[in-house]
Amino acid sequence: MDTFIFIFLAVLTIGSGLGMVLNRNTVNSALFLVLNMVSIAGIYLLLQAQFLALIQILVYAGAIMVLFLFVIMLLNLDDERSLFSKVRAKYISAFFLGVVTLSLILYSLEGVADLLPEISPEMETAGTVEALGDVLYTDYLFAFEMTAILLTAAVVGALMIAQYKKSNNGASE
Amino acid sequence: MFEQYLPIFVLLGVAFVLALAFMALSRFLGPYRPNTVKLKPYESGMDPVGQAKDRYSIAFYLVAMEFIVFDLEVVFLYPWAVRFLDMGTGTFVAMTVFIVILFIGLIYTLKKGTLDWDMKNFKYEALKK
Amino acid sequence: MAEVTLSSFIVLGVALFMLLNSAAIAVYAERRVAAFIQNRMGPNRVGPAGLLQPIADVLKLLLKEDVTPTEGNKFIHAVAPMIPVITALMTVAVIPFGEGLYATNINASVLYLLAVASLGVYGVTLAGWASNSKYSLLGGLRAAAQMISYELPLGMAVASVVIFVGSLRVVDIAAYQETWWFFFLNPLGAIIFIIAAFAESNRTPFDLVEAEQELVGGFHTEYSSMKFGMFFLAEYMHVVINSMLMTTFFFGAYHLPFAGYWLPELSPLVKGILDVSVFTIKTGFFMFLFIWVRWTIPRFKYNQVMKLGWSRLLPLSIANFIVIAAILFFIVN
Repeated sequence: MDTFIFIFLAVLTIGSGLGMVLNRNTVNSALFLVLNMVSIAGIYLLLQAQFLALIQILVYAGAIMVLFLFVIMLLNLDDERSLFSKVRAKYISAFFLGVVTLSLILYSLEGVADLLPEISPEMETAGTVEALGDVLYTDYLFAFEMTAILLTAAVVGALMIAQYKKSNNGASE
Repeated sequence: MFEQYLPIFVLLGVAFVLALAFMALSRFLGPYRPNTVKLKPYESGMDPVGQAKDRYSIAFYLVAMEFIVFDLEVVFLYPWAVRFLDMGTGTFVAMTVFIVILFIGLIYTLKKGTLDWDMKNFKYEALKK
Repeated sequence: MAEVTLSSFIVLGVALFMLLNSAAIAVYAERRVAAFIQNRMGPNRVGPAGLLQPIADVLKLLLKEDVTPTEGNKFIHAVAPMIPVITALMTVAVIPFGEGLYATNINASVLYLLAVASLGVYGVTLAGWASNSKYSLLGGLRAAAQMISYELPLGMAVASVVIFVGSLRVVDIAAYQETWWFFFLNPLGAIIFIIAAFAESNRTPFDLVEAEQELVGGFHTEYSSMKFGMFFLAEYMHVVINSMLMTTFFFGAYHLPFAGYWLPELSPLVKGILDVSVFTIKTGFFMFLFIWVRWTIPRFKYNQVMKLGWSRLLPLSIANFIVIAAILFFIVN
């Protein structure tokens, strides 16, 4: 069962990744990317990394993709009509059925199940918040502090790009 | 560990089916008599002017950017909040430094007026759209 | 680490059923309370005292025509209303309704709650985008910006609870409050959480989304029939869910005040009934609070909402967190 779930998630990840790259509509691409993030979270869960799986959804799908969607909506990149290429329920169901079929075919191939590595029993505890907290603030302290500086730099950088000073007479437009 | 996540997946399935059932019911029960005027976007009874896809204020983008940073801060806080009582003073200081650095970033943003949406206080032309 | 058994699924099923029902009750209660506050009758014709009004509303919505604006994205327009309903329903899996009465007890259930809540943003954003209407798009963007802004104080307030317990399991947080509710230990956090929860569920005074004077209906301007009904349902489910979360995180979950000091040992059945009724009464009170505030306080302006979120609540919640952490670390420990 684990093997099948892994193959399904792997095919889904690759499929949604391809869908994201090949799609010409930006919003559809972004939605495929969300699907991609969620299926990667599923793979983390399969590896018993519970904390990481939830963080993947919380940060990538919940925060970063929202920024992407905002940017797509704000920029309004190309002409309006092409933004609404037809997404139909049948294409979406075809995509999912294709993923299921492909993963079933892969699963039925002989020897695929043996290719997968065994999950170490230590992962049962290593994937929890407590274990992560124990190492993150001791062994990886420097990287942790660097994260703070990196994030601050990101905010300041975004601000510098987004803003420019108003001219003195106030009539620039 | 997996059994623990089983109710969540079951719930996801049930919620999805429930939502789909509502949609399907209204599709079957409701009438469908479209015409051009009915399908126009609502604009207070007038003919729509221009396209809805206009460029909107960059301030939305800045809010989302700021959100990512502090969302990550919150995420980093949780493992620390779980374990900090068992660890030394060094960890406490480390977290304080982390929060202070991000706090400086927040104060910088607030001073720059990025998150101030009051029209009369807009210091920057780009935000004035 | 409790195993998932058949009883977990029974709890899940009952919780789901109760959530859907209480959303309907919330719709009815909102209209009755509004009528009471405004000194009029309110719905009183359908069924005894108007109790069947929500069913009549749903039937009416089901029989309405479903209109998708031209040039809108039909598929996303149909998917968007499903998202808030699904995310609202997903929440009940980790909430304990009594001692041992929960569906599952995963390692980081607090993060699970936040993750599910953060996905709710897609509902409004995509709804606004797919409608191809100016009001919808602006309403969706505003709603999304507001929701992500208030997610931060919300997460911070919850973090200031987690430091007491030392566990990210909601079940542990609920069990910890047997003697002292977190409202008494961490009052500022509780107030921040309540304000942020109001903003998260887009309720007055933060209902900028449907500021009728400027945005008509906000992100659901172009929605009709049951698609609108689902946004409507999701709003009330979020009211119920947020009331449950307030109860669980700050107001002692299923415990009576200071129950650890005076409540005698009870048989499991009596304890279970007591727990569930205490939880229900508290949740009911917070649902009433939501409605009460809606019909009492006027709406903020958008700049005030953003200012409150970013330059008041967020620094305050960070300060609250670090002060509590320092007290726990240097004085208590």
